[in-house]
Amino acid sequence: MTIRYLRRYPDSTRLNHWFVAMMFIAASLSGLAFFHPSLFFLSALFGGGPWNRVLHPFMGVAMVLGFVFLFFAVWRANVMDRVDVEWMKNAPSMLKGDKAGMPPVGKYNAGQKLVFWVFGASLVVLFLTGLIFWSPWFVGYFPITLRRIAVLVHSFSAIALILSVITHIYAAIWVKGTMRAMTRGTVTEAWAKLNHPLWHREMTGNDKP
Amino acid sequence: MSSLQTLDIAARSATTQPSPDVRHRPAVQEVAKLIDVSTCIGCKACQVACMEWNDLRDEIGENVGSYNNPNDLTPASWTVMKFAEVEPEPGKLEWLIRKDGCMHCEDPGCLKSCPAPGAIVKYSNGIVDFISEHCVGCGNCVTGCPFDVPRISKADNKAYKCSLCSDRVGVGLEPACVKACPTGAIHFGTKEAMHEYADERIVDLKERGFANAGVYDPAGVGGTHVMYVLQHADRPGLYSGLPKDPHISPLVSLWKGVAKPLAVLAMAGAVVGSFFHYMKVGPIEPKEKTGIDGDTSGDVEIIEGPPPPPTDAARVALARSGPASRADVPPVE
Repeated sequence: MTIRYLRRYPDSTRLNHWFVAMMFIAASLSGLAFFHPSLFFLSALFGGGPWNRVLHPFMGVAMVLGFVFLFFAVWRANVMDRVDVEWMKNAPSMLKGDKAGMPPVGKYNAGQKLVFWVFGASLVVLFLTGLIFWSPWFVGYFPITLRRIAVLVHSFSAIALILSVITHIYAAIWVKGTMRAMTRGTVTEAWAKLNHPLWHREMTGNDKP
Repeated sequence: MSSLQTLDIAARSATTQPSPDVRHRPAVQEVAKLIDVSTCIGCKACQVACMEWNDLRDEIGENVGSYNNPNDLTPASWTVMKFAEVEPEPGKLEWLIRKDGCMHCEDPGCLKSCPAPGAIVKYSNGIVDFISEHCVGCGNCVTGCPFDVPRISKADNKAYKCSLCSDRVGVGLEPACVKACPTGAIHFGTKEAMHEYADERIVDLKERGFANAGVYDPAGVGGTHVMYVLQHADRPGLYSGLPKDPHISPLVSLWKGVAKPLAVLAMAGAVVGSFFHYMKVGPIEPKEKTGIDGDTSGDVEIIEGPPPPPTDAARVALARSGPASRADVPPVE
């Protein structure tokens, strides 16, 4: 019997993804250390408070730079269209376990697309606001009121990003067979038929979904 | 710069549990420094005393056209005399000299903003102190301060400001600046005693024609442990920009207030919620078990990408052959 796999990501996109993921973990843990006192212990992972302060922005910038490449690799497939509105409307029943009512999906469903755009937007905001209070390099160029706005917006976009990443990771655990798209670059044909039938049809040139 | 072992800690930065506070208020009297601007002659003895006691030597700066030297607070100048030439009424020139420095707020914005546990403390007597060995150099205290007082040193990335000579006060001495003042313009004692003294000064100033004389102890930050007697208490801005109604910025209150616990709750909720969702609904998985991970039986074929689009000739042939029409295939993205 022949097992058919479908190529979902080339090696470059996969390595790019995991670089961004590692930088996200480092930047988010070091950022959370300074966000709430109960999480300050996380700074120990980075060599203590001062090192945590020194490293956080560099890891953040590395994540943003890494995401720029990822962005250009996948943004076209993440443009929202009319089917996505329909998908969003049916999403609650899918969460309850009923997948039957979902419209057929291409390479990405609306939830994935939304997560992608939240990633992009929050990273841009994190980068710009972070520069404003990056101590000691850039902080001196900005007035205190702007710094107050920047830290608040930085916190909110970080929370938005972290919540989206939690959703992103959970979806990969929930939908079985997804993880190998990023670990091996391929998915099984059965996975593609079930979760991304239009993409499956496109890849195989097969009429029957 | 003092130790946390004094057991007189009223508040500690980035700490969610109570601080050592066995000798809590009212057993410990609140202290205050009272700076009587109306009797200050601008001699800068207080600046020198501060340098001497704290062993600080600032760099030699530039003359910017005023008597200010240095022009503003720095990591090594914790107090600076600020000279303002103003006309409170047209044609009536006044030289208002204010000793600038940390106000030791009852509700300190620096302490609220600080992410490092115990890097900023407020003692039971009201003094707000930076415990430098815990400072991470993030600059949040600068963001939080309503008076723009803390300064981050470029040499060691630590925040510095007036400690109200907490080391001297702890052993029953007055702050160095108070000790050095030759005109008695700086007083130190319990906050209550300082208010009593200020009231006397205000009566005197009013008799001398300063109808708006008053004490500066702004309620917006819960009062301060450094207070001024001002000739024009209705216009503190005349004194080199002393804020009229200082308070912790609502941006800082939102950031270090409700946002902090709610965001942690949201993140923890997302993780726990996902876990329970999985336990309730279960995974989404294809019914056919083809090509599951680790299944190496059989041949493997990897489809690398969409098939090439048919050439024109092939498309014509396809259309002629009838039933195998491909018209229903959706357009490729």
